[in-house]
Amino acid sequence: MESNVHLDLSDEEEEITAETVLKTLQTAWQNERLAPEILPHHNDMVECMLGQIQHMERNINKLAKTDLRASIHKMELNRIKFVICNYLKTRLNKIEKYCIHILNEERLRLETSTNYLTPSEYKYAQDYLLNIENHIKSVILNKVPSNMQALEMNKIAEYPNLQTHVFLKANEMVNGVVLEDLTGEDEEIDLEEGSQHILQYKPIADLVKNGKVQLV
Amino acid sequence: MFAEKVIELLKESERNPDTIDQFNDDKIRQILEEMDLLFKMNMNDANATTENRSLWTTVQVRHSALERNKRCLLAYLCSRMNKIKTLRWEFGSILPADIRELLSDEEYEWFSKYSTNLASYMRSLGQDIGYSGIDLTENLKPPKSLYIEVLCVLDYGKLELEDGDVIMLKKNSRHFLPTSECQTLIRQGVLKQIT
Repeated sequence: MESNVHLDLSDEEEEITAETVLKTLQTAWQNERLAPEILPHHNDMVECMLGQIQHMERNINKLAKTDLRASIHKMELNRIKFVICNYLKTRLNKIEKYCIHILNEERLRLETSTNYLTPSEYKYAQDYLLNIENHIKSVILNKVPSNMQALEMNKIAEYPNLQTHVFLKANEMVNGVVLEDLTGEDEEIDLEEGSQHILQYKPIADLVKNGKVQLV
Repeated sequence: MFAEKVIELLKESERNPDTIDQFNDDKIRQILEEMDLLFKMNMNDANATTENRSLWTTVQVRHSALERNKRCLLAYLCSRMNKIKTLRWEFGSILPADIRELLSDEEYEWFSKYSTNLASYMRSLGQDIGYSGIDLTENLKPPKSLYIEVLCVLDYGKLELEDGDVIMLKKNSRHFLPTSECQTLIRQGVLKQIT
């Protein structure tokens, strides 16, 4: 996949970045698909790749239509586009599903500027929740007896299951991951670089977010 | 028994988890009436409980029935909203008339709002770098090949391709088109993929 990217780029320096960008994006996509909760966004990567796509599309248009290279590159572009679309879509699905939960957490995170959502995702989530609220109110809540009209957000909220198990691969040596046992006994393990494990998501959530491990 | 109708309502919509049914206005009205009745009975008895403690249990049972009714009604609405969301991804912002009829007026309004919100999110993608946004409803499936063979199911008219070529889509004609450009038409039922 990478070889096609670099064919289209003229100078040496950009070539490396385009590859890494694509790799980061693919990892981000993989993690996002496999993690139960929403992860910090990679908007800069997405935008960079979109710019790259534009650039490549222009290059392809210069080639003759019957050129074999053109169709190979187009295929390549379609694949990259699919990754981006699916990545963004997966995030949207999570945002919709855990809307209330995510918005609550995000409000706290915004104060410390460690936001997970992009501004447009945040706006989308807010509008989405508002629409649901209005809809529920106008169809049901305004018509039920007066002591039933409140919409209890914490009762209708859905939460991601952080206890679920995930497959993961360590990108670097990680020492002292504390696993909680049901009996209350903690166990500490070390993850060797390149080793693969099946663990609960919760203890390794932070490692996924800072890229020390990746989900597979 | 209390809250029986609401269970019927939920079971009905559960029966076809993949398709959407007619919005059951009638049953919802009946449930709301039941709730109203329960509430009034409760109000009466609640005023009397100060003298007569034995009514307390009755009031509580009715109250749980009210809570249950409300919860189930909300569940019904939510499951329908989820189905309506799928419709947006499948059909785009304009619904076919036969499906439009299955939604209540409020639901249709919700659909339009959802659709607008989604559209404005998609437009905002990549705006900083001069992109006019990405349509996320395309590229739903991983691309397998660049071109596919399609059969046109109905008379559609002219279609302009990305490279500027214009083709006529007539009923029963076969075309060899770029996958990315026929996805939407396939979902709308204009084209059919033949492999």
